[in-house]
Amino acid sequence: MSQAKTLRSLGKLFATLGLLLAVLFGSAPAMAADASPSPSPSVSYGKDALLIRGTIKNDKTPVEGVKLHVTGNGFDQTVATAADGTFTVEVPKKGQYDVEVLVDSLPKGVGLRNPDVTHRTADLTIVNIAAVLFPLGKDTRVVQPFGEQLMIRLFAGLNLGLLLAVAAIGISLIFGTTGLNNFAHGEMLTIGALFTYVFFAQMGLPIILVALIVMALGAFTGYAQDAFLWKPLRKRRSGLNQMMIVSIGFSIVIRYVLLIFFGGETKVVNGTFENVTLGPIVTTVSSLTSMAVCVVTLIGVALFLTRTRIGKATRAVSDNSPLAASTGIDVERIIRIVWIVAGALTALAGLLYGMQFQASWLTGFQILLLLFAAVTLGGLGTALGATVGALIIGFVVELSALVLPLDLKYAASLVILVLVLLVRPQGVLGKKQRIG
Amino acid sequence: MSNQIAIGEAAPGCKKVDPILVADHVKRQFGGLVAVDVEHVEIPRGKITALIGPNGAGKTTFFNLLTGFDKPNTGTWTFEGKNLAGMSSYKVARLGMIRTFQLTKALSLLTVIENMRLGAQKQLGESIFASLIKPLWVRREHEITEQADDLLKRFKLDAKREDYAASLSGGQRKLLEMARALMSKPTMIMLDEPMAGVNPALTQSLLEHIKELKNDGTTVLFVEHDMHMVRHISDWVIVMAEGKVVAEGPPGEVMKNQAVIDAYLGAHHDTDLGTMKKKGE
Amino acid sequence: MDWASIFVLAGKELISPITAVYVLCAIGLSVHFGYTGLLNFGQAAFAAIGGYGLAIGILTFHMPIWAAVIFGLFCSAVFAAVLGIPTLRLRADYLAIVTIAASEIFRYLMTTIGFAKVTGGSNGLSQFGDEFWAANPFPDLDYGFGPFTYRNDEVYVMVIAWVLVAICAGIVALLMRSPWGRVLRGIREDEDAVRSLGKNVFVYKLQALIIGGLFASIGGMIFVLNLSNVQPQSWGTTFTFMIWTVLLLGGAATVLGPIVGTLIFFVLISLTQGLLSGLVQAGVLTFLSDPQVGQIRFILIGLSLMLLVIFRPQGIFGNKKELQFNV
Repeated sequence: MSQAKTLRSLGKLFATLGLLLAVLFGSAPAMAADASPSPSPSVSYGKDALLIRGTIKNDKTPVEGVKLHVTGNGFDQTVATAADGTFTVEVPKKGQYDVEVLVDSLPKGVGLRNPDVTHRTADLTIVNIAAVLFPLGKDTRVVQPFGEQLMIRLFAGLNLGLLLAVAAIGISLIFGTTGLNNFAHGEMLTIGALFTYVFFAQMGLPIILVALIVMALGAFTGYAQDAFLWKPLRKRRSGLNQMMIVSIGFSIVIRYVLLIFFGGETKVVNGTFENVTLGPIVTTVSSLTSMAVCVVTLIGVALFLTRTRIGKATRAVSDNSPLAASTGIDVERIIRIVWIVAGALTALAGLLYGMQFQASWLTGFQILLLLFAAVTLGGLGTALGATVGALIIGFVVELSALVLPLDLKYAASLVILVLVLLVRPQGVLGKKQRIG
Repeated sequence: MSNQIAIGEAAPGCKKVDPILVADHVKRQFGGLVAVDVEHVEIPRGKITALIGPNGAGKTTFFNLLTGFDKPNTGTWTFEGKNLAGMSSYKVARLGMIRTFQLTKALSLLTVIENMRLGAQKQLGESIFASLIKPLWVRREHEITEQADDLLKRFKLDAKREDYAASLSGGQRKLLEMARALMSKPTMIMLDEPMAGVNPALTQSLLEHIKELKNDGTTVLFVEHDMHMVRHISDWVIVMAEGKVVAEGPPGEVMKNQAVIDAYLGAHHDTDLGTMKKKGE
Repeated sequence: MDWASIFVLAGKELISPITAVYVLCAIGLSVHFGYTGLLNFGQAAFAAIGGYGLAIGILTFHMPIWAAVIFGLFCSAVFAAVLGIPTLRLRADYLAIVTIAASEIFRYLMTTIGFAKVTGGSNGLSQFGDEFWAANPFPDLDYGFGPFTYRNDEVYVMVIAWVLVAICAGIVALLMRSPWGRVLRGIREDEDAVRSLGKNVFVYKLQALIIGGLFASIGGMIFVLNLSNVQPQSWGTTFTFMIWTVLLLGGAATVLGPIVGTLIFFVLISLTQGLLSGLVQAGVLTFLSDPQVGQIRFILIGLSLMLLVIFRPQGIFGNKKELQFNV
């Protein structure tokens, strides 16, 4: 009987999520994939053709004749962009392909906005079409002194760290109050990023309004998850490890549902970047805005946890849930609030991420391990710890690029995670008994 | 009576005629809280020693420290002359000092007989390579199974032999845990609240088992709340309060100690035994 | 709709060497999780290390195939030790996070251009199977009947894969019925109790992590030999969680569970996919395209993982009393 109940509530959860998607898209799921602003190739390809394509633009003007070298799975071809700046390569089989922009083929005075990224991976293991982006900007191809490079990396690290902190606080609060390691947290971020794409890039709503809608959506996904999945499981007295594996299953379901609805290519959430120069650092308005929003949000969360009654109750539940319950705190209500807040914060992080780095169905899942690393580094279950951990991870990821190949920067942060566990398993700020 | 165990007057930290376990300066702090701070204590060989004290006196923590389940901030202790400080819990157990837990740790999803077999030491079949070749360990397996069946009979668990430990009652689990600990033929057995949560009918048989252990030459150290039980079976009583040893002696004498009387016979279970003792003197 | 071909496809999936690969990885995971209670979320890396070890041993170190196999297994054991030594003393979910992190690190290391000379980068490695194929004892003929007709090379891999499954399942059966297996099951129930009985719990956990990893590495070797190439993207976390799904389906603490679970899972997936494809082609399901049908496979994996863990953690054939998740 309790099984039937859980099953019903699971059904409700998926029905709710399905309804949400259906309402947002109006009709056919594949519509969203088709509506993406992809250039129409002059050659027509078969329905099942495997394509790598993209557009090379300098600000808003398409750039012709930029050469791209596509290799992988025994395939090797160089193509040049057409007059509209587009290129399309048909590849023979599924798999990952390396796309290199040949920097020498760029017109004079034009360079990559991120001069380090000359390679991109096009992943055609699951999807049939992959989009590859090389944003151009003013030529920054000058060898910078190490000090300036360091400044640039530190700035990027701060940016990424703040972003991760906003996303990681949700994980940390949920772990603190319920003990759950939520592997489906990344998908909440993906939802935030992809719906920013829908409302901002596709529908053209003002960004403030988009932020409100996306956060409300995130809050709702948090609420729905807790109401229809996690609370029933807590009532069944499911073990924490058991719930952790359930969250993995849930994450896979949501991820592939998003893939079906949105398609596999990277979505251009934000196509226009206004550059801002701060000494040696060239950044964008979106990055600066994102950092400001993150700082305000983090301060807000800190005030919420320390100054408000609900915030204090949240910390009491994290500290000792039975004791908190015995002093009259409604633990279930606090947990529900935590899920709602976590959902909204994570969706906001998704928006900020998408506005700077674009988004795909895998975005959240790729960040998930960085978030876990942040939370574990800081000490599981403390919000302050998560913030500190996230900043450390942000810096490690960006600074590692000074000494390591770029495609290893995520690996570097995960290595740091393993090393910290070796030396100080309770995390930088954690209390020792939490690991017992 | 006291003369047979202690050298001289029975006082906190007094020397014993034949100590099996000697602890010095064992101190354990949790943050600012001092949980255990034992200057010197000796446990007599071949006797039943009760460790008593109010809640939070640090008895279980002291147990954990002695058996390697927790690490002290400072302190040394020896068992049969061997230094145990810093030794892993499993090595302590191999030396013949076996403990049980306050909250029973019957391995619920193993059968009763499997629980028992797990208690035996020196099993070649527990090494990964030998385990693949049954002839190497099958004889030892028969030996320990026989030993286990004897113990199960003694503890009246033989009817439950093939049941999962999860299906036992709380008292039966306590019995199983004690029987399992005996599989290794320990020199010293440390029982953490063996009577807690055991129904009165079983209590009597548990007491008999503990006495039998002593007759077999095993040293027993146990933590207990119930003074009647302590008086009934123990040869020596050590009283702890606020992490320190505050009184020691044969049960009859310790019972007369004002501090102990106040703590146990009075209504104030949680009163500070240390300060009350000073007042009593 | 072509029912016959849907069933034939499902039947082929049942005996394919790739199915055997999943079985081997699931057998390894049953040693980790089912018997010892270790939360290993990096089984993909153990398989990948087997595959890469074999390929790198042959291509870079010019080893004969038997030495490359030993080299792969050795790397797998070292990997287990490196992960296990810092984390096996900590709470169970730390191992989970470290193993998943390590498996992603490994994938990044295999993908990076920096090591492409040895690893092949994102293209991976191929051309390492010559010695393996040369040793094929089956004459160059067609084997089987009707739609189940296989070339001698296919038969060769299939036979080796399933013989290895039988051997590994046999080893697990022997191990788990021995006193060693008893200690592992004791650790799964309560580490401290086992420690108090004088067993070196840490060493047992490390042994279990290594042994279970070796089975996965053997699986990884079959995988890469069968495809004649090894690529980093085959070994994402989805691979790991697919292993979890098949294991939990069959029953984590049983010898036959990993085998039966994998077989059932692949047949079910193949049938659903065949059915959906058929419906799409027949124009009944208009809102899905063919690649989307392929993506539905993963939704089913996630959904079955959730439902199994919630409603039947002991698996279809497991004894309800034998495996419960502990808090």
